[in-house]
Amino acid sequence: MISFWIILTGALVAVSAGLLGCFLVLRRMSMVGDAISHAVLPGIVIAFLISGNREPLTVLIGAGILGLLTTFIIEYLHKKAKVQGDAAIGVTYTFLFAIGIILLSLFAGQVDIDQDCVLYGEIAYVPIDTIITASGVNLGPKPVYLLGGLLVVILLFIVVFYKQLSLTAFDPGFASAIGISTVIWHYLLMGLVSVTTVVSFQSVGAILIINFLIGPPSIAYLLTGSLKRMLIYTVIIGTLIAFFGYHIAAYLNVSIAGCMAVTTGIIFVISFFYTHYNTRVRKKDLVMNKTSQPVETI
Amino acid sequence: MMQVLIDFFSFSDPNIRYVVLGSMLLAASSAIVGVFIVLKKKALIGDAVSHSVLPGICAAFLFAGSKNIPLMIVGAFISGWLAIVMIDFITRHSKIKKDAAISIILTVFFGLGIVMLTYIQHNGYASQSGLESFIFGNAAALIGNDVIVFSVIAVVLVVIVIAFFKEFTLMAFDEPYAKTLGLPVSRLELLLTTLTVLAVVTGITAVGVVLMAAMLITPAAAARFWSDNIRKIVVISACFGAFSGLAGAFISYMAPAMPTGPWMVVASSCIAFFSFFFAPGRGSVSLWWRKRQHITDLNRRVG
Repeated sequence: MISFWIILTGALVAVSAGLLGCFLVLRRMSMVGDAISHAVLPGIVIAFLISGNREPLTVLIGAGILGLLTTFIIEYLHKKAKVQGDAAIGVTYTFLFAIGIILLSLFAGQVDIDQDCVLYGEIAYVPIDTIITASGVNLGPKPVYLLGGLLVVILLFIVVFYKQLSLTAFDPGFASAIGISTVIWHYLLMGLVSVTTVVSFQSVGAILIINFLIGPPSIAYLLTGSLKRMLIYTVIIGTLIAFFGYHIAAYLNVSIAGCMAVTTGIIFVISFFYTHYNTRVRKKDLVMNKTSQPVETI
Repeated sequence: MMQVLIDFFSFSDPNIRYVVLGSMLLAASSAIVGVFIVLKKKALIGDAVSHSVLPGICAAFLFAGSKNIPLMIVGAFISGWLAIVMIDFITRHSKIKKDAAISIILTVFFGLGIVMLTYIQHNGYASQSGLESFIFGNAAALIGNDVIVFSVIAVVLVVIVIAFFKEFTLMAFDEPYAKTLGLPVSRLELLLTTLTVLAVVTGITAVGVVLMAAMLITPAAAARFWSDNIRKIVVISACFGAFSGLAGAFISYMAPAMPTGPWMVVASSCIAFFSFFFAPGRGSVSLWWRKRQHITDLNRRVG
């Protein structure tokens, strides 16, 4: 049962993050997702300090604000202060992450998370944090419900606003021409990314969130050219990663989050060489057809 | 507080002298290399490399069975270099864009590092204590021969940058022209890559792998705002870096249990944000001021 809950948590994070990540990858904004998932740390720590407990709502608001603030600072530095784009990202999130780590080490006793947890989470402890009803029935771990709720929100968001999201990702010029504001959709997407990051943070840690945001969508992007299929593949790949990652970790008795990241790497390498081989074969076919055509016309 | 400051800055304790000199030197040298990384718009690659050295460090530990600094440097160098080569390979041979390739390599390598780290911890290596300090850094760990090793690397870095200064400058600003002149651009690119990895490697003890990228990028991005002359930018960047290194060493002296990496990063970030806003000429405030003056000037002439 313990392993079931851990895999379920991992899979829920993988699917929620992956679905949003598809749009990040398409917009070539992976590193912004990377930045947000580091930068929410001070928000979480401050919220912990103010509220004195891990009340999910306070932490969610604190970190959500920080996430949006990060996007805003990066945009501001890039557009207004004319800092080069990649440097703006690098400076902003390392600064916020460093502040988070300093706050953590200053208030080590008062905050419920530590430096290790920040990096690789405590997914192994997810099954302990259960909800028990008044009559004493064990309903399962709390994070699973939170993540499940989040997944429903994200699914609704993507299904309802599929047109706006895909248009702003593929052709921002056309989108704004027909009256879809790219700015609003940019901030909505980033807001959801920060909320997802925060909800997943305690269970899986910063590194694995980036992994799930970018890993499965990139693999899916390699395998298909259609956005709908890309989203479906992302869901499948994310679940597979959670499953195999956990079992490898349990077998070797090492970090679960780390193993999930490594599993992503393995699947990526396999699909990379698969598509690489395929495209080469296809190119060869194309060349053959082209050379044979003129002969026929003559 | 005053007494602590005096104790620290009188450098009476030879250990402090080593730590201070070592961290200033390595921070300055990575800031110098960082200028070219930022100018070539490769800031995020630095981030990927700094995370990617972790498996190399752990592999060296597993191989040697103890904390052997020279071996760890070699390990870190190999895995950092491998990461850059793989990012390049992925972007060149598939439709995956550079940003996604960087993120994937970063998390997979770091994940592998964490796996190895937990493996080391769970298998009870007696001397593993202190291996975690490679993640967030501890300047106080720069002692004895180690500080000499890191300083030598830092000096080598600076010497190479000075030797190839003209070539790197040309490459950073006008690569096609450099190619036309017949410079071996791809080989120079390789050299810059190698220097990036080396710069990251110098910082693994004092700054830690997670935040090392900031020590490359932040001083350089800040220095860019103070001058348009590449020589001046390099010198300013080195000064900013050295100052952050000093801050980190001081924190490490005040509170030995504190990780020093984050403090160095906060120090250099504060300089950077100050520069973005208040640097004469390019800073936001002075841009705004000049714009206002233009408008009043125009109004006066028209009205």
